[in-house]
Amino acid sequence: MADASALLEVEDLQVHFPLRGSFGARLVGKDVGAVQAVDGVSFSVARGEVLGIVGESGSGKTTLGRALLRLVDPTGGSIRLEGEDVLGLREREVRAMRRKVQMVFQDPHASLNPAMTIETAVGHPLRIHGITRDRADIRRRVSAVLERVGLSPPDQYLSKYPSDLSGGQKQRAVLARAVILSPSLLVADEPVSMLDMSVRAKILELMLGLKSDLDLTYVYITHDLATAKFFCDRVAIMYLGRIVEIGATEEIFANPRHPYTQSLLRAIPDPDPSRSIPRDLPRGEVPDAAEPPLGCRFHPRCPKAFAPCGWEARDLHDMLEQRWAAGGQELFEAERLQLGDLAGLDQPGSHATVPSATGTGADVATLLDQIREDDSRERIWHGIESITPRPGGAVIEFHPGHDPVLRPEGGAEVACHLYNPELADPPGEAPPA
Amino acid sequence: MSATAPVLDVLDLRVWYGSARGAVRAVDGVSLQIRAGEVLGLVGESGCGKSTLGRGVMGLLPDGSAVDGQVLFQDTDLLKVSDRQLRRMRGPDIALIFQEPMTRLNPLMRIEDHFSESITAHEPKLSKAEVRRRSLEALGGMGIPPTRFRNYPHEFSGGMRQRIMIALALVLRPKLVIADEPTTALDVLVEAQILSILADLKRNFDTALLLITHNLGIVAEACDRVAVMYAGRIAEEGDARTVFSQPAHPYTRELLRSVISLNTTGLHYIPGAPPSLIDPPAACKFHPRCPDAMRVCAQLAPVEQRLSAGQRVECWLHGPSDRIPEGGREPLEQGRIAVAEEA
Amino acid sequence: MASQLIARAGRAFGPVREARGVPRWIVWAGIVLTLLFVVMALAAPWIAPYEFDQYKDASGQRFVKQQAPSSAHWFGTNVQSTDVMSRVIWGARTELKVVLFAVVVSLLVGLPLGLLSGYFGGPVDRVLVLIMDALFAFPYLLLAIVIAFLLSDKFGSGVATAAFAISAVYIPQYFRVVRNHVVSLREESYVEAARALGARPRTVIGRYVFQNVVQSVPVIATLNAADAILTLAALGFLGYGIQPTDAAEWGYDSSRALSDAGAGIWWTGLFPGMAIVLLVTGLTLLGEGLNDVLNPVLRRRKMEPVTLPPRVPREDEA
Repeated sequence: MADASALLEVEDLQVHFPLRGSFGARLVGKDVGAVQAVDGVSFSVARGEVLGIVGESGSGKTTLGRALLRLVDPTGGSIRLEGEDVLGLREREVRAMRRKVQMVFQDPHASLNPAMTIETAVGHPLRIHGITRDRADIRRRVSAVLERVGLSPPDQYLSKYPSDLSGGQKQRAVLARAVILSPSLLVADEPVSMLDMSVRAKILELMLGLKSDLDLTYVYITHDLATAKFFCDRVAIMYLGRIVEIGATEEIFANPRHPYTQSLLRAIPDPDPSRSIPRDLPRGEVPDAAEPPLGCRFHPRCPKAFAPCGWEARDLHDMLEQRWAAGGQELFEAERLQLGDLAGLDQPGSHATVPSATGTGADVATLLDQIREDDSRERIWHGIESITPRPGGAVIEFHPGHDPVLRPEGGAEVACHLYNPELADPPGEAPPA
Repeated sequence: MSATAPVLDVLDLRVWYGSARGAVRAVDGVSLQIRAGEVLGLVGESGCGKSTLGRGVMGLLPDGSAVDGQVLFQDTDLLKVSDRQLRRMRGPDIALIFQEPMTRLNPLMRIEDHFSESITAHEPKLSKAEVRRRSLEALGGMGIPPTRFRNYPHEFSGGMRQRIMIALALVLRPKLVIADEPTTALDVLVEAQILSILADLKRNFDTALLLITHNLGIVAEACDRVAVMYAGRIAEEGDARTVFSQPAHPYTRELLRSVISLNTTGLHYIPGAPPSLIDPPAACKFHPRCPDAMRVCAQLAPVEQRLSAGQRVECWLHGPSDRIPEGGREPLEQGRIAVAEEA
Repeated sequence: MASQLIARAGRAFGPVREARGVPRWIVWAGIVLTLLFVVMALAAPWIAPYEFDQYKDASGQRFVKQQAPSSAHWFGTNVQSTDVMSRVIWGARTELKVVLFAVVVSLLVGLPLGLLSGYFGGPVDRVLVLIMDALFAFPYLLLAIVIAFLLSDKFGSGVATAAFAISAVYIPQYFRVVRNHVVSLREESYVEAARALGARPRTVIGRYVFQNVVQSVPVIATLNAADAILTLAALGFLGYGIQPTDAAEWGYDSSRALSDAGAGIWWTGLFPGMAIVLLVTGLTLLGEGLNDVLNPVLRRRKMEPVTLPPRVPREDEA
């Protein structure tokens, strides 16, 4: 698996943030769970390549970027930079490593120390790493790099403070600071999303120029597929801590395979006047990373989900809520009365009991059947194996769910059961297109 | 569509406010109209004055700002009415949706209370059952399930909070909704959901919507008409499809070219930076950055021209020829725009 | 280097110069009042007509006891035949000496502790916060008395003792303000960026956090100084502070003047009392004024009134 030309190799990276439970729970040592920000991510980046990490909020992309610089400490997996293991380094060695990998942050208005002049700020890496302390030398180097990023003439900017600069100029200064030590790898976290449209192109062009001049490698983190398509050689799509699809840019965009990727592409607003607002988008939002959905994490929102995707009690609860939201008050009140306390449906689990308010499970079963009749297109019905009435409620058995893994498919790798021949084959389970 | 009289008619609105360095001409003579059931997109980059315009229409300007012109809502001039009357109108007549929904909901009040407060403030005679019915209907239209009616704001995610905000704004069936960057802080998929909700609005309730944003893609998809704002003035206004396929103003054209979309093959940008509103360029405010600038553009402020199909533009490229002095059509000699002025 | 410091100080002072309206008057009133006493303290040897404990004049003749204000003694004399005005002037020196000492010591202890505690967090932070909050919960005067009492056993009662007692009382304040500010700054992008650059914690704290935290210090320091003067005067009033033989102290003088009041002798109490009030007011005005001016949250963007020029008829209007 080790690739000689790979600059960066990440394998099965895990970053879990433990949740602070109540005092009592901590006292007793009860595990209150963790936010699984990054949950088993693997990829490699070749020298000179631009890899895009695309995801929405909650996807873990920002945490991943920080983990690459060890600004947060991973709880599992490995990161190798130029063949060297990053996670085993001690604090002092980590700081030395930051000569080779640098970061550009999202908010240009907050990334520069308001109390430092541009000269001091951009030149600070030189002092920090002991490259030089001679003030004249620092000034020379800072001026050279300012010129390179387009803040020209440099003399005009050396004694300015960040508050004197515009957003684009600040981002240029941040880039200057990041490249002054000629790092090998630059992690850019949404470098242009807070800038105006007409400025974004300038900064991206600058970044491309720097890449070729300084032989840089980029990991470009963004939620904007359009800039990723333009800027990156390869793209990885992240959802809730996992990579769901990864491959060469042309392949991913010409032939998106994962339903999430397909939805993202359809949803991007485009000033093309012939487009209109897409319908049938995945509903709902990115769920809580502390209690992610079972099986495939996208399944509650996926328009193509089917049996093995990991259906569970919470999906049933969501489906009922959506039905009542859309159906009107009378429907809500009529159906709600027949059911008991639904709080038990909020735990992940492969079977669930829907309690009855009337005491007989048969009523609940009938209601559920009727709901299925009403709207059989709801994906959850692919995942319910049986509804069995019992005294007090109905027991729902879900089809066992499986975690999808990245498999090669065409020119890309996709983590989706639709492309898994073992799971997608059985007749009757084949998903409609 | 519907009645010919516009719901909102802004006439030569000026909003200036003072700062330590001089007067900021945030809105410097803007006229526009919105009809019932119409969605007008007001698009521009940061610092062009579009948010000030949105707030100016609602009367939410900071103290010390000087306002001039007319803002006619149906037949009332909003700039001339008393504060009390304005407050009465905010809600049932005009509603405002902000960018950051997290900070606009009271964390100590349940959603149920937000709605009842809003509704009963304007219609105190309604029964509790009726208030509940209307609230659930508004929420249901946004996809918020009735089981969560009694939750607190912090129990919802960002996208759901924005939808609650929209539901709150709409529950009183206002005739005009002003949305100031409603989806900027949200993910792409949630943004698309909310845009489709806003699009349904006009279909179902004939609401007029002023959508203020810097995202051209949203405007192209969701708006009927678009007004492009630059340095406090409207550079171009017209039917959205027409403006985006055949932009009349060089700024619109260059802005469209600089948008990075899935079809982008090369990077374009507009040299220079948006002008300061305190000391804007003389004559045409875009001329220092305009690739098609002529001599007259630096001498005289352009005249508003009406093109076919209801498009209007302020640019000397479209005449009127009889106002352009001798030699005015010669290309303007621009010094190389120093990168020092680059954004 | 010096020019950079001056430039930076000038930048920091900018908001003061730009202040308008009420905050401006507050700051300047505070500056004037405080400067008055600073000058008084510095120039004491030259402007005080007599020594603070002088009870006879150059020729050896004893001053009249409790004499009303006269040409020889503008503020009169007190029961020990010392000149009230001189004691007020020398007292300014004492107050400022002690308070300066106390503020500096509190800062030197509280600031670094707050910085480290806020930046590193963890169990150390929790313990320190607990201790500081406990100290803070004590009635400060009681605490000062106890400490002064304990220290005077060892070091005798003098300027140093009083100063230490007061500084101990105020350390928690600096700690709290600095620590809380650091905790909020710790999450800022530029602090994370500094770590990403590979800076050591020492550098991050010193160059990135400290420089932005230090803005809140002048306000706290001046308000603390005002409070410290009251505490010192209270200590002196109660007899736990500086003894009259060591230095002149307003609080002590006020306590001696208590018995004079019944006899209709007003000058022994009025002037020291007024001095306390004026200096504390001055410092408080300065502190509050600085807060209004420097604190970006409170600083309301002063809108200059602007008049719209008459509408220039554009080309298309007749």
